[in-house]
Amino acid sequence: MCRLFALTSRDPISPMRAIDALNVMKEGHDGSGVGLYLNGLSGPFEELKDCPILSGIFTEAGLRRLDQYSMDKGFKSKFSILYAPDGPPPVGTPVRGTYAAIAYSVPKGWENLSEAEQGSRLVQMRLDLKKMGEESGDMMVFSFWPDTIVIKEVGDPLEIGEYLQLDRNKDIYARRILAQGRQNTNYAINLYACHPFFIEGVASMTNGENTAFIPIKEYLQSRNITGYSGYQSDSEVFTHIAHYTTKRLGLDIRAYKHIITPLSDSEIAEHPDREFLTELKRSCRKLIIDGPNCVIGCLPGGRMFMTQDRKKFRPGIVGGKDGIFGFSSEVCGLNAAIPDRDKSKDFQPMHLDTVIVGPDCKEIIQCSQTDQLPRQL
Amino acid sequence: MLSDRPITPSTLGVKDLPWQIEWDKDLCTQCGRCTSVCPVSAIELGVFRKRTIVTPAGLRKKPSNEHSIFYGIRQKTDPAYGCIGCSMCNMVCPNNAIQPNRDEGSTTLKYHNDRGGQPRTRGGRRNSEESLLDQIKFMRISMLTDPALDAGRHEFSLNTLLGRVLSPEQSLKCMAENGWKPPVREIYPLVIGGMSFGALSPNMWEGLQMGVAYLNEELGMPVRISTGEGGCPPRLLRSKFLKYVILQIASGYFGWDEIIHAIPEMQVDPCAIEIKYGQGAKPGDGGLLMWHKVNKLIAAIRGVPTGISLPSPPTHQTQYSIEESVAKMIQSMSMAWGFRVPVYPKISASSTSLAVLNNLTRNPYAAGLAIDGEDGGTGAAYNVSMNHMGHPIASNLRDCYNALVVTGQQNELPLMAGGGIGKSGNLAANAAALIMLGASAVQVGKYVMQAGAGCLGSEKDRCNVCNIGICPKGITSQDPRLYRRLDPEKVAERVVDFYLSFDTEIKKIIAPLGRSSSLPIGMSDALGISDRDAAERLGIKYVV
Repeated sequence: MCRLFALTSRDPISPMRAIDALNVMKEGHDGSGVGLYLNGLSGPFEELKDCPILSGIFTEAGLRRLDQYSMDKGFKSKFSILYAPDGPPPVGTPVRGTYAAIAYSVPKGWENLSEAEQGSRLVQMRLDLKKMGEESGDMMVFSFWPDTIVIKEVGDPLEIGEYLQLDRNKDIYARRILAQGRQNTNYAINLYACHPFFIEGVASMTNGENTAFIPIKEYLQSRNITGYSGYQSDSEVFTHIAHYTTKRLGLDIRAYKHIITPLSDSEIAEHPDREFLTELKRSCRKLIIDGPNCVIGCLPGGRMFMTQDRKKFRPGIVGGKDGIFGFSSEVCGLNAAIPDRDKSKDFQPMHLDTVIVGPDCKEIIQCSQTDQLPRQL
Repeated sequence: MLSDRPITPSTLGVKDLPWQIEWDKDLCTQCGRCTSVCPVSAIELGVFRKRTIVTPAGLRKKPSNEHSIFYGIRQKTDPAYGCIGCSMCNMVCPNNAIQPNRDEGSTTLKYHNDRGGQPRTRGGRRNSEESLLDQIKFMRISMLTDPALDAGRHEFSLNTLLGRVLSPEQSLKCMAENGWKPPVREIYPLVIGGMSFGALSPNMWEGLQMGVAYLNEELGMPVRISTGEGGCPPRLLRSKFLKYVILQIASGYFGWDEIIHAIPEMQVDPCAIEIKYGQGAKPGDGGLLMWHKVNKLIAAIRGVPTGISLPSPPTHQTQYSIEESVAKMIQSMSMAWGFRVPVYPKISASSTSLAVLNNLTRNPYAAGLAIDGEDGGTGAAYNVSMNHMGHPIASNLRDCYNALVVTGQQNELPLMAGGGIGKSGNLAANAAALIMLGASAVQVGKYVMQAGAGCLGSEKDRCNVCNIGICPKGITSQDPRLYRRLDPEKVAERVVDFYLSFDTEIKKIIAPLGRSSSLPIGMSDALGISDRDAAERLGIKYVV
């Protein structure tokens, strides 16, 4: 089962801190992939908060094609980090080319577009580039969104972190970091199958097994929403459900748990929002995940959350101190990353709980599914 | 029997019959029960003449003949009285002195079945044992990432929804605006399909209803039963148990007068209304309740004279087309119950299923679609329609589900599948396969008869005389002498028994797949089949 670690901090920190935590949990991942999601970036990217950042891996030819593509669309590169490792890659990692994060200024006229329209266009561009890359093998694109960098590679997380020299570059320090060490299970090794997955500001990563993957995938694909595609991993649907819940249905993230793992009928009967929840359970029944899963995610605005299915035997853990909080799939990871926290305040969300830490990194907010929901409508 | 009996083109020997009576002279006590119980009078008491040659010792006297007679059982060879292998003779015989045996090599009767210019009509079964559903394996066993679930101890949510479910967006909008939302019922995914009052005996019907009531009231399983065409007894219409009943209206409209008149006095709404347009085993053909079965009770409930055959025309004669019907009939039925009851059509699986489905997806009042495949049991069908017409259920259902997936309405318009489910006894496996191919629920009729009442019919043309009112077990007969054989209490017990074992078995299937909190509708990645073409057609894995 994959190992997950996330940090939310008031001050930017190095992604290596999360990777070190993953390294402590090493026995649970097999080097079949590592993924990083960075948000709340520091350095020059902080000044370019509104500029979408393209992150991915490119060959020389790929970079040239990217330049041409972005120019055609009227995008201008404002700042970029391009890193081409010169040493040999770790065992099992292919030589790929340049790892890039490029911030663009948007073309004239974009300001007049609605936020949703802008988002949809950015997603479409990411998909176009991904498709171009899949055809020729010269680019891999993971995200295209303001204040967001996503890095993915096959290999052991620590070795990859060192190979890419992540701690040396202060420009990629971030306030919110999601990191995953992948354990390859049901599906083939594929870079796009690495978590975290990302769509329009919503990122999440999961460990476990989603047995309802095919029906959920088919349902999401049929929603006719740009970006509900890919699905090289059964966990990608969790990100899209979070996106669907918050962006399409306009619900609070606390409703997410009610969608993926609804209460039983007898529990709903005693709930203050019973009418709403019954309706939500029925209409979103296709999105019920049916497997033991722990989901850690990050939302636009910087809220980080963790929740899990009631079948999960070994829950994740959330803990930290004022200014920095960690979300981990194992307690040893959290101990490694934030050793000086008050451990008595650690929280392991069980089958009814969702845990949220706001961007202020002040406290852990625990919500139970039996609680009354904030006013939804 | 004459020694020089006439031999004409249709004269058959006992050897020509598919079922041959074996009778043991030494065991027989000549009580006569077998001949009196035989539903087709295939056997009769016979007087046999025996000649013995007596040869005295020595040469003085010539050998002589001694003639004696003895009594026994004789099998008729007239095709009209061909043994159907029901084995009632054996069941009543105190000494096991008699039994029918099948002769696999005898096919001659087939050529003489159709007499008087009438093709053979038959109740029940297609006489083919192979089933594609039985070939499907469940193979995505959850082992790698997490252990499989414990079917015996884990909690499972197996209920499904009958009724149009709004999409999340529509649902939230509807709540915000306080709008009308289509009625939805939470039901158990194994529904007892339409077997009409009239086709079944009163005892069988009562047994089924009692079983369903027990499952609901005592065991908390929301099992539903469709009435089939023919109406519903007035007391049931006015009872609180009506909520477990799906009222069926078919093209004959039998019993609907009674139902409509009972509406003001109904204590509860029925579970749903099923409009029958077609049946799986004789698509495009109407139903026929033969005159044998139309006794006083049936005539009263159906509102017809006694002793006449009751054909349902192949189409709803007041309607021009299925499109019109979808628009009109569904709406008027919904209106009759104040839009509180789901209304859905039942069609035979056919190449036009998709067209019908398309009509339904755009009708806000349509609550689902029931599709009946070629193996559906039917009380009266011509041999030729039953064996050679219709569409198998698996691919038809899959096509319909995939069509819904394209428009994003999967499970919003529930699909119910029927036809050949459990025909070789594998009820739970067949049902699970269809659910994973996209059915929200499955309908079974034949299995319920066979398991619930000890039906004698088989897929090898055994018995299968449900249509002519001589059912030896009293399941499909309106003759009190026959249906008194069936104890409704025992039928109810068996219905409860097989529902409970179905429940255990389906959990045994989905627990290893790691599923417990929702029915695995459309979980096609769990399925595999060793037939490459079938795998490709159904979009499941090809495994050998």
